Amino acid sequence: MPEPIDERRSPMTPQLALRVAIVGSVVLALFAILFFRLWFLQVLTGNQYVAQAQVNKTRSVVIPAERGEILDRTGKSVLVSSTKALTVQIVPTELPVKMSLVNIRHPPARDAAVFDRLAHVLNMKTKAKRCTIYAPDHRHPRLSPIGCDVAKELSLQPYGNVTIKQKTSKYIQYYVAEHQNQYRGVQVQETSIPGYPHGTLAAQVLGTVGQISREELKSGNYPGASQGEVVGQTGLEAQYDQYLRGRNGKQQVQVNAQGIPTGTVTSKQPTAGHNLQTSLDVALQRAGQASLAESVATNGGGAGGAFVAMNPTNGEIYAMGSNPSFDPSVFTGPISQKQYNREFGPSANDPLFNRATQAAGPTGSTFKPITATAALQSGEWSIAQTFDDTGQYCVGSGAATQCRHNAGGAVDGVLNLVSALKVSSDDFFYHLGALLNPNNPYTHPNGGPLQQWARNFGIGRNPGIDLPDATRGTLPDPRWRNQRNRLEAQCDAGKGQFKYVNAARSYSSHPRKGYHRKPKTAAGSCGIADGTNRPWSIGDAESLAVGQGDVQVSPLQLARAYSAIANGGWLVTPHIGLNIENADGTVLQKVGPDPHKRNLHINPLYLQTIREGLHEAAQTPGGTSDDVMGNFPRTVYGKTGTAQYQPPGQGEVDYAWYSCFVPASATSKPIEVTVWVEKGGFGDAAAAPVARQILSQWFLGKLGPFTSGTSTTL
Amino acid sequence: MSSTTTTPIAPGERTVQPRRRSLPVFDPLLLGAGIGLICCSYLMLRTAVGSSEAERQAIYGGIGVLLAIVVSQIDYTRLREFKLGLYALMIVLDVAVYGFAPIAGARRWIPLPGFSFQSSEFGKLLLIVALAGFAVDRSRQLSERRRTARVMLLALVAALLVIPEPDLGTGLVYVAIGFAILFFAGTSWKHLTGLVALFAVALTMALAVAPAVGVHVVHRYQVQRLTAFLNPSKNDTSAYQLHEAQIAIGAGQKTGQGAQATQSELGFLPEPDTDFAFASMAEIYGFVGGAVVLALYALLMWRALRAITVAKNLFGTLIGGGILAMLMFQAFVNIGMTVGIAPITGVPLPLLSYGGSSVVVTFVAIGLLESIYIQGRLAASGKNRALVS
Repeated sequence: MPEPIDERRSPMTPQLALRVAIVGSVVLALFAILFFRLWFLQVLTGNQYVAQAQVNKTRSVVIPAERGEILDRTGKSVLVSSTKALTVQIVPTELPVKMSLVNIRHPPARDAAVFDRLAHVLNMKTKAKRCTIYAPDHRHPRLSPIGCDVAKELSLQPYGNVTIKQKTSKYIQYYVAEHQNQYRGVQVQETSIPGYPHGTLAAQVLGTVGQISREELKSGNYPGASQGEVVGQTGLEAQYDQYLRGRNGKQQVQVNAQGIPTGTVTSKQPTAGHNLQTSLDVALQRAGQASLAESVATNGGGAGGAFVAMNPTNGEIYAMGSNPSFDPSVFTGPISQKQYNREFGPSANDPLFNRATQAAGPTGSTFKPITATAALQSGEWSIAQTFDDTGQYCVGSGAATQCRHNAGGAVDGVLNLVSALKVSSDDFFYHLGALLNPNNPYTHPNGGPLQQWARNFGIGRNPGIDLPDATRGTLPDPRWRNQRNRLEAQCDAGKGQFKYVNAARSYSSHPRKGYHRKPKTAAGSCGIADGTNRPWSIGDAESLAVGQGDVQVSPLQLARAYSAIANGGWLVTPHIGLNIENADGTVLQKVGPDPHKRNLHINPLYLQTIREGLHEAAQTPGGTSDDVMGNFPRTVYGKTGTAQYQPPGQGEVDYAWYSCFVPASATSKPIEVTVWVEKGGFGDAAAAPVARQILSQWFLGKLGPFTSGTSTTL
Repeated sequence: MSSTTTTPIAPGERTVQPRRRSLPVFDPLLLGAGIGLICCSYLMLRTAVGSSEAERQAIYGGIGVLLAIVVSQIDYTRLREFKLGLYALMIVLDVAVYGFAPIAGARRWIPLPGFSFQSSEFGKLLLIVALAGFAVDRSRQLSERRRTARVMLLALVAALLVIPEPDLGTGLVYVAIGFAILFFAGTSWKHLTGLVALFAVALTMALAVAPAVGVHVVHRYQVQRLTAFLNPSKNDTSAYQLHEAQIAIGAGQKTGQGAQATQSELGFLPEPDTDFAFASMAEIYGFVGGAVVLALYALLMWRALRAITVAKNLFGTLIGGGILAMLMFQAFVNIGMTVGIAPITGVPLPLLSYGGSSVVVTFVAIGLLESIYIQGRLAASGKNRALVS
């Protein structure tokens, strides 16, 4: 039996007491540490953790608003419809591993797994294929179809959501929602998909929609829009975006650690966008586009063209077309690079460009009524005054004599203003141009009465239409010419704003050197002016008087000027938008520019004379467009134009113009039509027949036979 | 009285006279601290996980309190005779888990009809009693070096059995228990220092050197967890857990989020009912709740130290030391982990973490401490009377 000595000893030896004291001190110290750490975390820095916990638990879910529709002038025919459809999107910032431009070529494994799972659900392929990304390095990584979609979209729109599939089924939505932890970054929600029942009709006018870009978001032009939202990008969609877009709803959803919603905290219902009623007439638009396309194809060699049909008394646009056109529905779904190149690439002639408002060029003889108004109003010419057209018009004397000729060397004889407009005598208007030229260009930097009246008619000014990016065109005057000469000289010398060439690409590898300097070049090499540094001359005035040379006018601006002649001298503001309506057609608000008209104070007698000249040109034998308009059963006032334009490095081409107006009839409103066919040749041959078809549709309700005119005046 | 001091004690003989008076000799603060903690646990679980878990925890607590009262009435000294059997039982239990299917990738539970229990939890207590017994026996018969080696070896064998379960935390608890028993047994400072140095070398080998040469003594994730608190910015699961735990604790602020404690309720906090129970407590009841829990642990340890000092014999001192080491290690490592100043080891927080085995074992340990206290007080009072009479 062991001796239980230890049983009997006093348990508290000094050694044990010491050790208990040590342990007690350690315990005390550790508790102190824990206590102060807890104090620090909870009392001193607690606020920041509260915020983090808050971020942890809620997710914001956007409920997209339905976009409004765009309607025609009756309010019954839908030009742009809006349908709700379930769309599968990937939100790159919410993927298991955030995706951005840096890793689009090599999606992180966890993201790639999400893509593959999604592809499986959507019946898409997962095999990696060559993927074309619009990135500067021109490399083509091998990616699965979804990875490729994400890479493409991110390279274009680094902060957007990527649409993978539209019009998917409810089943997919439920499945993804139920397995949210496996599909992080995938969202299935109802979005508005625009539909275009009339295909290419008025495509550039209606415009396109697309996800808001980062720059647009920053610009403040889209109030209330948030990242990933679809906004109007061009045309009416952009102009009236604030009405069409509506307001997205928002749901604050409480989620757990797996991202599965556990309840709704707050919810704001979306407000659907309103509808926009426009002044566009579907039948007229269709007729105009069809006949313009025919003329562009037969006369213009497919180069392009535009037309504007408007109400000259109040500025409502009935129809506006630009050729070539496109079907906006290609932008509602994914588009392949090949398809994009085919439809919108360099060889496609810029179908997205609205030539009616965004393109401008010399107008040729259609400018003459403006010159006539300026001459009469300034007193430089009178109604009864005549001029003997000998087939050439010369200024100067001796060796400095410069002569100009009529087109085709025609000799028109003694002309008054009416007959000069009828036969479109260039010599007559050269003469007027010379008369209207200020004697001293230095004391008249803004030019003489011709420039003043052209400005009155809206040439060189913003037309004020409710479409984005309408051009102002160019109205040449002495000041303008001097400025161009100065810019050309600067550019030739490699100074000022032309100091660097190709700034985007030629940044020097040596940081201190900055961009490569533009070398000095020969005078006139920049193409801003001819480099001779010549000042404003009488020849410039003569060219302007017949709409040649440096003047640049858009079809819309010309239509506006002719409207003023048609309506008795009031400059109207062209507009397309009429009303903002809600879904049942109740008008909520009148929109469009102020219907204010500016009175140009033109003597009615002068206007009468000019109209007479335009009528004789259109509908009396010997008139420039009589062979096209002569037998039209309404009174037509019209003027042909053939602008001689020399593109850089090419031969001279003629741009065909025609502008005309017809007063109201018992059943129809008045109309002003302007047609422009690039490289169409003579105005009577290419542009007038299109105008005739538009008038035919407007007044007779049907198209007539398309007949090209034969007049060869400019 | 004199007979108890002169007659050798026979096995099975009562060493202390039966109580004559019904004095409240047991330590109410000790048991009170345990009951307070289980109440905290109930309140925390009710919000963080759900009332069914909270109620089960309360039932475990009830069973634990009953067991503690029963154990406190037994003279712990008699357990010394069964030291070999207890140690063997511990080995059997710790080996037995390998015979059952793993739960959630770990073999820690022995399934019984109706419930399953975690053998390593019971192993802690068995090890404490067995090692205390061995240490007392060896205190005279062996040289100090051999005693140190044997006790430490016995603890290490147990630890090496549970570490591959995998249960690194409990393994470390076993080592801590062995060390504490040697400490209170009066082992020389030289030996203790040597042991600490050995342990440090072994840890360095396992965590740093061995992986570097391609041998993984412990799982990679275990290394990660042990070192995550040193560089919390690293983006791995362990750092994430630490980060979420600190958000939870910080968000509790002074008085807690109550029912709005989203970190623990919505699952951002990992293991809100077991490993990170203290973080849940701190989020739901704030600094007030956290401080109350800390105070209860302080009370528990103070009373454990008190039991050590009043123990009537070395065996009691060593059992008390082992239990104190177990409580200290688990409480400080667990709470330290949740507040971000200690490595992540999966040791449950005594009484606060949800889990029947842990709760019952902790209460039995409290019962043992009570027994040590009661026996010590009785012996002391007997001695006093003897001196007086």
